[in-house]
Amino acid sequence: MSSLLELDDLHVWFDLGEGRELHAVQGVSLSLDAGQRLGLVGESGCGKTTTVLGLLGLLPPTASVSGRVVFNGKDILAGGEDSIRPHRWTDLAIVFQGAMNALNPVQTVSAQIVEALEVHGSASGRAARARVGELLEAVGIPRDRGNRYPHEFSGGMRQRAAIAMALACNPSVLVADEPTTALDVMVQAQILELLDALCRDFGLALLLVTHDLPVVAQLCDRAAVMYAGEIVEQGPVDALFHDSRHPYTRLLFAATPDLHSDGALAAIPGAPPRLDRPLEGCPFHPRCDRVFSRCPHEHPALKRLDGDREAACHLNDVPAEVA
Amino acid sequence: MSANDRLLEVDELVVHYPVGRGIVGTMARRPRETVRAVDGVSFTLERGELLALVGESGCGKTTTAQTVLRLLEPVAGRISFHGDDITSLGQRELRPLRRRMQIVYQDPYESLDPRLTVRKAVEEPLVIHRAGGSKAERAELVQDALERVELSPPGLFLDRYPHELSGGQRQRVAIAAAIVLGPELLVADEPVSMLDVSVRAGVLALLDRLRRDGLGVLMITHDLSTAAHFADRIAVMYLGRIVEEGPAASVVSDPQHPYTKALLSVVPRRDPRERTRPQILRGEAPDAVRIPAGCRFHPRCPIAIDDCRRIDPALEPAGGSDHMAACILAG
Repeated sequence: MSSLLELDDLHVWFDLGEGRELHAVQGVSLSLDAGQRLGLVGESGCGKTTTVLGLLGLLPPTASVSGRVVFNGKDILAGGEDSIRPHRWTDLAIVFQGAMNALNPVQTVSAQIVEALEVHGSASGRAARARVGELLEAVGIPRDRGNRYPHEFSGGMRQRAAIAMALACNPSVLVADEPTTALDVMVQAQILELLDALCRDFGLALLLVTHDLPVVAQLCDRAAVMYAGEIVEQGPVDALFHDSRHPYTRLLFAATPDLHSDGALAAIPGAPPRLDRPLEGCPFHPRCDRVFSRCPHEHPALKRLDGDREAACHLNDVPAEVA
Repeated sequence: MSANDRLLEVDELVVHYPVGRGIVGTMARRPRETVRAVDGVSFTLERGELLALVGESGCGKTTTAQTVLRLLEPVAGRISFHGDDITSLGQRELRPLRRRMQIVYQDPYESLDPRLTVRKAVEEPLVIHRAGGSKAERAELVQDALERVELSPPGLFLDRYPHELSGGQRQRVAIAAAIVLGPELLVADEPVSMLDVSVRAGVLALLDRLRRDGLGVLMITHDLSTAAHFADRIAVMYLGRIVEEGPAASVVSDPQHPYTKALLSVVPRRDPRERTRPQILRGEAPDAVRIPAGCRFHPRCPIAIDDCRRIDPALEPAGGSDHMAACILAG
């Protein structure tokens, strides 16, 4: 069965001038089924935001992109902007990082959503205004509050408005880039509850980009862990936590504080590699606690493992009793 | 330990900010309004103790900490440092105290001067306070401070500029500059929230070690998981008041105030099998210009009764030992 959305071997290079390049995304493949929730996690600079901007054809002209984005069996990246435009917002929508602070301050919230509807030709006039009411209600904003300005909204309400705007054209995939990062924990819980309800009630597929592992653990079915521009492990969230097959995933969970576990937290020594020069071997090997002879020289490929998951680590080739 | 030996004692602290009325408001002689940012906060901190002040944005935790350091002026209340009342000391009298109480800010990308090398940044407090003796002695203190924050060997870092350092290293430099004067109290305002997960644990472990060496740490954080891991005690603030306070383990496992209970219930757990059953409070905290009468939490409280509209509850013993909550239904 083919997936709703597939990302196949995406590469992104940024031109740094003077013949230098930054290889920000190095062969990322993902798939998302209808109604599924996938978390894309990793630390700053790992390429997760670049991946989703590439997926939507929203990278700046200094970026070169290769790879395929297949939506409903059709390659929508092949023809550049012309082939992706009909799908952006109508099939694939995004709530940008910081979107709640990017609303137009001199236009009411409703007017901004009406504008989005009209630009995409999904509705206009009275029909558009009715649709705005539905959208606001779907995200938990009382209809009559729509004619207020963004500054009259709290942070949580502005984030709801940003989500409503992304949903304006009835997409089947919602990409949300750090949707709860600047929010307080109670408001974060409200937004997570909303995303959960939207997925459940409208069959929306969610691609959640975040650095926050616990948020993914609670909201998503599956997760893909990125490091240095690559996916190093992906699978069901339960398997990633309880039986990870990549040391980075294990160490990242071990560095994450939890309310009720009193085990010591361990930082991961070192820092991610620079991506403006070629990498040799496994990108994680200088920081890895299980490094062995192959790691500095051979780049591990992302391999399919049991239990519906993939990992890029040489340890998975070694019989368990030896490892 | 006698009360006089206490590192820090804060008693019924009140801090107000005036709200601008605007030209129209002034001409119409509208009443002046104030934000009651801190509205009667009391707590103590011993040497070698880490107290986490937790709460959502706008609850007054940063204002409390800045007032304790006398960076803001309180309207009422009392701040004692080693038993001495420092609430109304003038700037000149405060100077010798400043070196004994230091602060580390949230964002090491902004708190370090980009034009200063690590050496200069860490030495600057010594120069300002005319402390540390000769140039050679100062250099030694700077090296010591860098060793203590685990930037070692210090020679590797002394001549670097902030832009050459990672976020975690920058925050360590900021901590080195804060401890070089040998303070007894350190306020850490969201010390790791700008850092990546993989380096957070290291910076927090560092604060933990400094605490073990006798430093009193007042850590401000919105992250309950971090507080649960690293704090000796947790004080939960809501709308300018501490509503619950106690040993960290006891607050986290046996919360007494309905606000704390709700807050803890919405913290996502890292194990997907530990599905949280969030008890989500609707809306957001009202602003501190209009603090509700009675219990300030009653409009959002899931268990409020009629009395809660009238009675403004004091922080009283509830739950285990040393554990207090400001709720008439607690205990």
